[in-house]
Amino acid sequence: MMWDSVKVQGPAGMEKTIYGFVFRHSLPQQVILLALTIASFPVLYASLELPKRIINDAIAGEDFPRSVLGLEFGQIEYLMVLSAAFLVLVLVNGAFKFVINTGKGRLGERLLRRLRYQLYSRLLRFPLPVFKRMGQGEIIPMVTQEVEPLGGFMGDALAQPAYQLGILVTIGAFMLVQEPILGLAALALYPFQMYMIPKLQRRVTALGKERVLHVRRLSERIGESISGMEAVHADDGSNRFRADIAQRLGGIYDIRYEIFRRKFFIKFLNNFLAQLTPFFFYAIGGYLIIEGSLSFGAMVAVLAAYKDMSAPWKELLAYYQQQADSRIKYEQVVQQFDPPGMIEERLQVEEQEALPTPGPGSQIGFENAVYAEDEISQPVRGATFSLGLDEHVAIVGPSGGGKEELGLLAARLAVVTGGRAHLDGTALADLPQAAFGRHAAYVGPSASLFNASVRENLLFGLRHRPLRPAPATPGNASRHKARLAEARRTGNSDADLNADWVDYEAAGAAPGEEMMQRMAAVLAAVGLDDDLYVLGLRGVVDPDAHPGLAERVLEARAALRSRLDAPGAAAPVEPFDADAYNVNATLAENLLFGAPIGPAFAQENLAGHAFVRHVLAEAGLLERLESIGLQVAKIMVELFADIDPGHELVEQFSFIDADDLPDFRAIAARADRLGLEGLEAEERQRLLGLPFLLIPERHRLGLIDDDIRRSLLTARHLFRERLPEEERGSVEFFDTGRYTARASLQDNILFGRIRHGQAHGADRMSTLLSEVIDEVGIRSAVMEAGLEFDVGIGGSRLTQTQRQKLSFARALLKRPALLVVNMATGGVERAAREALFAATRQEMAGRGLLWVLEAPELAVGFSRILVVEEGRVAEDGAFEALRTAGGPFAQLLQS
Amino acid sequence: MALNEEVEALRAIPLFQRIEASKLRLLAFTSERVRFEPGDLVVKEGDIGDAAYIVLEGAAEVLVDAPHGPLKVADISKNDIVGEIAILIDVPRTATVRATEAVTALRISKELFFRLVAEFPQMAVEIMRELAQRLDRTTADLREARAQRAGG
Repeated sequence: MMWDSVKVQGPAGMEKTIYGFVFRHSLPQQVILLALTIASFPVLYASLELPKRIINDAIAGEDFPRSVLGLEFGQIEYLMVLSAAFLVLVLVNGAFKFVINTGKGRLGERLLRRLRYQLYSRLLRFPLPVFKRMGQGEIIPMVTQEVEPLGGFMGDALAQPAYQLGILVTIGAFMLVQEPILGLAALALYPFQMYMIPKLQRRVTALGKERVLHVRRLSERIGESISGMEAVHADDGSNRFRADIAQRLGGIYDIRYEIFRRKFFIKFLNNFLAQLTPFFFYAIGGYLIIEGSLSFGAMVAVLAAYKDMSAPWKELLAYYQQQADSRIKYEQVVQQFDPPGMIEERLQVEEQEALPTPGPGSQIGFENAVYAEDEISQPVRGATFSLGLDEHVAIVGPSGGGKEELGLLAARLAVVTGGRAHLDGTALADLPQAAFGRHAAYVGPSASLFNASVRENLLFGLRHRPLRPAPATPGNASRHKARLAEARRTGNSDADLNADWVDYEAAGAAPGEEMMQRMAAVLAAVGLDDDLYVLGLRGVVDPDAHPGLAERVLEARAALRSRLDAPGAAAPVEPFDADAYNVNATLAENLLFGAPIGPAFAQENLAGHAFVRHVLAEAGLLERLESIGLQVAKIMVELFADIDPGHELVEQFSFIDADDLPDFRAIAARADRLGLEGLEAEERQRLLGLPFLLIPERHRLGLIDDDIRRSLLTARHLFRERLPEEERGSVEFFDTGRYTARASLQDNILFGRIRHGQAHGADRMSTLLSEVIDEVGIRSAVMEAGLEFDVGIGGSRLTQTQRQKLSFARALLKRPALLVVNMATGGVERAAREALFAATRQEMAGRGLLWVLEAPELAVGFSRILVVEEGRVAEDGAFEALRTAGGPFAQLLQS
Repeated sequence: MALNEEVEALRAIPLFQRIEASKLRLLAFTSERVRFEPGDLVVKEGDIGDAAYIVLEGAAEVLVDAPHGPLKVADISKNDIVGEIAILIDVPRTATVRATEAVTALRISKELFFRLVAEFPQMAVEIMRELAQRLDRTTADLREARAQRAGG
């Protein structure tokens, strides 16, 4: 079933001003909020008026009984009725506030969500060259932090000023009614303030704008130093960076200081003007009272009312400041999200029918194609050629000659700035990404991998839109619906992330087992299967999710054990044995004899764990281990004494962090003078932490003798017997007959530690492992576990060769009609590169392949080669023909 | 103490003779001790070299590929260093070394070796001295061989 009804919504053009944005997307809601605010005024007024009534009329009044709504009330009853009415008014007033505030909050959040979504959605439409100018450090804060305060403002946009202005007007009117002259005096300075403050504010706002830019550049610079840290260290560039950052911080300081100066001057002026008004009151009002033309009571009333004005006035000013800030911020952000050459929205977001898609028999043609990045660089200057989507074409040429850009143009990742680039007559630039991206694939110089599993990365090329709804979970249906409705309300995408997006048809395999086989075949073709097998072995598999796997792994464990026990063989693994010290494992592993769950029994926490200390003391080990810790500390301090603390040697081999080495030097020196007993408890605990890391066979320090080993076995048994009930969940004990859910597949099969110091031990171990895995038939399960391996940020947990292999696998899995490979094997090991060439050529047989090559000799075997020089196609022909023709290709081959 | 034995073994090797004990301890601690069974290949001719080995115990033979099968050209015994050429310059292993009895050796990886040299320039000077001596010997051998050929 195709799921056509889902439409991935996207934003239209962005409004230039924040008010434009607010009104366009929330005018009705804003009006409702405004109406509610206005409706609340009478209630507010009444709740202020009623107390006066209660005091003047009910308490101090006369002429009882009174009639209200035709009912007669005595004084006490009248008081009670009015008090009850007061209570009701307070409640109603509170309810108004509650409704208005949550309404504003919700509106603000929705607008913020819409704004962020729109910005991000636009980001996805930026043409690639933009990212050469704009860094992550600049873009990310704009979408995340910078727009955050806009949400609050957008919710407040109308209701807040209306509310405060309403109060001001009410009070002003009240004062004018009470005493026109004094009222005028009170209000006289407001126009002046209204003129002056914005004028001063404008400069502050401009400074604020500048500050935002500076901070953005600062974060960009910090990001740059992080990504270039290798060069910073290698070239001793840190001081240059320090100076640079210092200068930038100085710039920010100057701006901020200036902002403070001006801001507080505005405050000063404001306060002064506010105090000036009482001066008029006292002077003019006092004069009028003495003259006898003003009553004392009236003056007090006006004075009190004036005091009430200051709060809304302040709020109004604050609103004004916020408004100025938000306006600038919005405009600044939106400007950045409107780069020239942005991909049209319809090409990315909309599903379109009846457009040409690349397929067998199609042709991609370039006629006098020109591509200019800016005024200066014009890598492609009139290239003409066509490529049938059933042929394999190699592009070679000198670097900088335009071949890379031609690759980008053919993959539609860049758009020609002159001439024509078309698919069967339709300009490539007019083809939707949907039409092109689903039928074409691209492998570039560096793999774009996402921080997810290998499987997710592999399937990325097949996930364009939700195709099958997610299996309905009865409990969540209504919640899911509400979420979608909310998403639509804010113009967000309502495509269900949990649906099945995989286009199995494109991969040519049915969901499930067949798809798994297809993935395995592609991975094997690019030579990633062995890597995945190794990664899978390192993976932790949930036995509940893979029924039957645990039993097979235990079979493999038993099979391995019988091989290890076979006489004559040099066993590469020392198996775990509940009654023997494993000299190839750490002391911590020997003590726990299990896998820690959570932090309680993690290696670094053992020395401080009360129960562990208790067990060690019981076995008579506590002090002996502390003294071994002291010896380890001394050895480390001596070994790494002359080495720069940041040096890799220390990081890789020292038991003690470089930062802690001086501490341990001091502890060792103190222990020399005072003995172990003279040390603080905390120092002894730190020493105790060191022996836990010792592996006798690896470190060869000779510190863990037979006696200690025996005592430690005692401690191991005590630990298991006495482990308190509440800690039982913190460790999973090793058991020959049980699968350890916390351990990797490999650890589960080995059930022991690889022996140190055996030449070829690792190879022998892998051979053995591979044998038993095939014997019990779990190789494909191991591969599947490898598919779940997390590749890390940008694929950083894979080698470069693995990353490129995965890129190729992703491209081939979707069986594209056109595959563009662009300088993609430069960093790939030679053997792997040859395998990639062969696999790609074979998988793409009968379909279009355009391969931009690093070196001309790699083109051997291509039936058609384009030589691209100075942005033009200089030669076009087969390898042998070109080699013997003595033209540009022959020259390239020689150079 | 096992580590100290290794330091003594290192000190017996001309290349490391003049290097301070504390640095040799660091070298020993940071390198791996490996054991080869009789018949195991320590290095194989033509492979890319990633480590040098210092023999602490046992014996091995050096073989080169000759038209009529492997030809033994030298013996390796305790305190000999094997495979240092391949970690200094990127050339494939020039010969095969096969353990004739159980061999215990200290494996110094290329990476580690360069890091130590970078950290302790004195080691670099010692290595230069050793290599210069070898070159001098080889040159002398060559001169002799030429003289013999010219004479005979």
